[in-house]
Amino acid sequence: MRKVALWGNELYTGKRSYPFVDKRKLWFLVAGVLLIASVLIPAVKGGFNLGIEFRGGSEFTISDVQDTEVAVGEEAVSSVVNAEGLRVTAITADTVRVQTDRMTDDETLAVASALAEGYGVSDEQVTSTFIGPTWGQDVSRQALIGLVVFVVLVAVLMAFYFRTWKMSLAAIVGLAVVVVVTAGVYAASGFEVTPSAIIGFLTILSYALYDTVVVFDKIRENTEDYLEQQRRTFGDLVNLAINQTLVRSINTSIVAILPIGSILFIGAFLLGAGTLRDLALALFVGVIVGTLATLFIQAPLFAHFRLRDQDVKEHDALILEQRKGEPGA
Amino acid sequence: MTSSGPLRHARSALIWLCVLVVGLLGVLIAGVATGQTETSPKLALDLEGGTQMILAPRVDGDAAINQEQLQQAVEIIRQRVDGSGVSEAEISTQSGSNVVVSMPGTPDSKTRELIQASANMEFRPVIMAGSFNATPEDQRLADDEVPEPTGEPENASDTNWITADLYREFEAYDCEAALADRSVESTDADEPAIACDPSTGAKYIVGPVEVDGERISDATHGPARNSQGYQTGGWAVQLSFDSAGAKQFGDVTSRLVSMQGAQNQFAIMLDGLIVSAPTANVPILDGNAEITGNFSEESSQQLAEQLKYGALPISFDIQSEQQISATLGANQLEMGLVAGIIGLVLVAVYSLFQYRTLGFLTLASLVVAGILTYLALVLLGWSANYRLSLAGIAGIIVAIGLTADSFIVYFERIRDELRDGRNLVAAVETGWMRARRTIVVSKAVNLLASVVLYIMAVGNVRGFAFTLGLTAIADLIVVFLFTHPMLQLLARTRFFGSGHRLSGLDPSLLGVEALYKGAGKVRQFNPAVRPKKNTGETERRLTIAERRRAEEQQSAPGQDRSSVATKEDDNA
Repeated sequence: MRKVALWGNELYTGKRSYPFVDKRKLWFLVAGVLLIASVLIPAVKGGFNLGIEFRGGSEFTISDVQDTEVAVGEEAVSSVVNAEGLRVTAITADTVRVQTDRMTDDETLAVASALAEGYGVSDEQVTSTFIGPTWGQDVSRQALIGLVVFVVLVAVLMAFYFRTWKMSLAAIVGLAVVVVVTAGVYAASGFEVTPSAIIGFLTILSYALYDTVVVFDKIRENTEDYLEQQRRTFGDLVNLAINQTLVRSINTSIVAILPIGSILFIGAFLLGAGTLRDLALALFVGVIVGTLATLFIQAPLFAHFRLRDQDVKEHDALILEQRKGEPGA
Repeated sequence: MTSSGPLRHARSALIWLCVLVVGLLGVLIAGVATGQTETSPKLALDLEGGTQMILAPRVDGDAAINQEQLQQAVEIIRQRVDGSGVSEAEISTQSGSNVVVSMPGTPDSKTRELIQASANMEFRPVIMAGSFNATPEDQRLADDEVPEPTGEPENASDTNWITADLYREFEAYDCEAALADRSVESTDADEPAIACDPSTGAKYIVGPVEVDGERISDATHGPARNSQGYQTGGWAVQLSFDSAGAKQFGDVTSRLVSMQGAQNQFAIMLDGLIVSAPTANVPILDGNAEITGNFSEESSQQLAEQLKYGALPISFDIQSEQQISATLGANQLEMGLVAGIIGLVLVAVYSLFQYRTLGFLTLASLVVAGILTYLALVLLGWSANYRLSLAGIAGIIVAIGLTADSFIVYFERIRDELRDGRNLVAAVETGWMRARRTIVVSKAVNLLASVVLYIMAVGNVRGFAFTLGLTAIADLIVVFLFTHPMLQLLARTRFFGSGHRLSGLDPSLLGVEALYKGAGKVRQFNPAVRPKKNTGETERRLTIAERRRAEEQQSAPGQDRSSVATKEDDNA
């Protein structure tokens, strides 16, 4: 606590400072490499591991199973229908998931009871899901519309609130990085992409922008009347703002990650795949990427945009000139 | 006045919060006492067990489906599902293109077909009318009195359609029972049929289909007018047909006007059920009919809508269907709650670690936010039939972190102000002024995302967006009406005000000399430390940072002041 507080003080006064803005070209380069990797990896690996919602088919979940032997499920299904695309997986210690291509209603009912019998559980313990082949596309299309609508609205909101479109632009560019990199992590790790995961992605946008707004608010405050002072360049002021909000950024992401982590843990280990796990996984990756993006991309990018402005250039030149004249520089 | 202002504000804010909570609680208690609601939120199917189907409409040709048509489709499906005896089914539209049907248990294949089938509207002439219930055995006609066809029927109204078998069936037909267990057998359009009219409580033998529902081009409702154009005070439904329909309808009405009794009526049937059976008064040759009768505004509107959209042949494809066992649902609910508690405990522990005693305020604020959210969920379940799903629970859990974030933003601001050398009471006020804007705009972003997600999202993840938005609002209420007022009050306590080591607001930790030095000594505010008015934020801060350095320097003489300042600049 003492150390953290002292560290916070030093960040606040500017005694200790991390070069988020000065080294921005390095961060942009890193982001660029990550972006390229995020596009290349899925291309090389042959795309995402799409969930059943995108493939279409039937899925059964058998819970409270004593013995999660895969062969039992395969036998039970084969005894009823010659199902194609049969996949039996033990997703937790007492849950088995069976996926097949599309079945008719009667087949579904028959398979469900065969599975219940095979695993020695009551019919109550078998949950069945049927998903049409276009369902996933529907969800994705809606998600894409949602993404565009949200980004446009939030860009307008930010431009209006901060009175500069440059902040909006920096925020949105950073957001693109968050989305692409998170998608890249998904592709690289082979996590299953389900509609829940896609909605998770959309929530990341909200989180990442929320985080950015808080930091940008501090930047705006610091740079509000930067022309009236002669000590720091515009870049220095932005960097100071990022450093001053660093403790908050770290605390915030930890506090955000803790509940998400607990959902993820419960979802993945006790419930198996499903809404909870898919949502939490996307959020978990996204919150981390989103926080880092605010610090290393969005805020430095805003400084980068502004540094090209004539007023900032002139002012910076003046300050650098002064510094030269000062002794000890 | 300066000190009593914030105090008064704090007290009134807390009173408002109490009023809000007690008000919501009062409504809830009243609802529970009158047996209209329960004390816990309604649960969605994935937690309660049951079947959820998501249907996408399929229209013949490339006609697009608008929101009204979809709404009407929902109405039609609702009637069918209710008719099939499934209770508590919920049918709603989603994201403007899908229909979601949720029901307890597992629907049989007949219900399933019923849900998917397209609405079937048709016009048939009435041949014979009877009472709603089955004719009692002793009142039925003797075998030799039962009408027999005397020849081939000449037109759709011809009594020759009625065979002895059909007549016996008609006598025995009980509309009450038929409606309770409604299995819509598709009737042959070229054959007569028995149909019930629940609105008037009659049953009819109707002739073959004469005009198909697709022939309707439009239907509206409005006040009925007499031949002089004056409003008669009743309501009427205006109906127009396309050219083929106009001709067919003209033929029917021309024939019916001369008929007597029930045979003067034509039945408008939707899915085998009569929605209206008006009498034909004049031949209608131009395709523009008006149906008058015992209509209220509502019933005339309903009939107009049924005519208009019932004519649209929409059928549905099942996009996704999920059957969740009740035990799995209960298990998921339990696990969701466990995840929530773990998340809350972790956040609380971290807050206490970071903010010491102040962490308790975070925890208390989260609890208040939780109470508000819970009340809102129960009341929305009551008033708007909102049902909490597993994804909704996930939204609430995720919101723990987002809610706690507002407090972090606020607390860090106060710390910043303390670092600038303000005393706690002043730091709370100025910190709040600055944090407030940030919190409001960042919550606006959250809320915007939730609304967009809610409108756009399909499937049960919609519940996630809903609770996320709800908790963002609860968060705002709590920050304004609880966290800030509480801190205003706490700042005046000795524990916090003196910057106790465990208060989380210890000035000495924040780079400022402790304010209260014990034994009644208090650090004097150096007037020069106080921010000058009309000085820019950055300038002010730098002056202070610099000043601190200068102070340090005094104890370590021999260093040039400006070199320190330069060093600082280089670091920045």
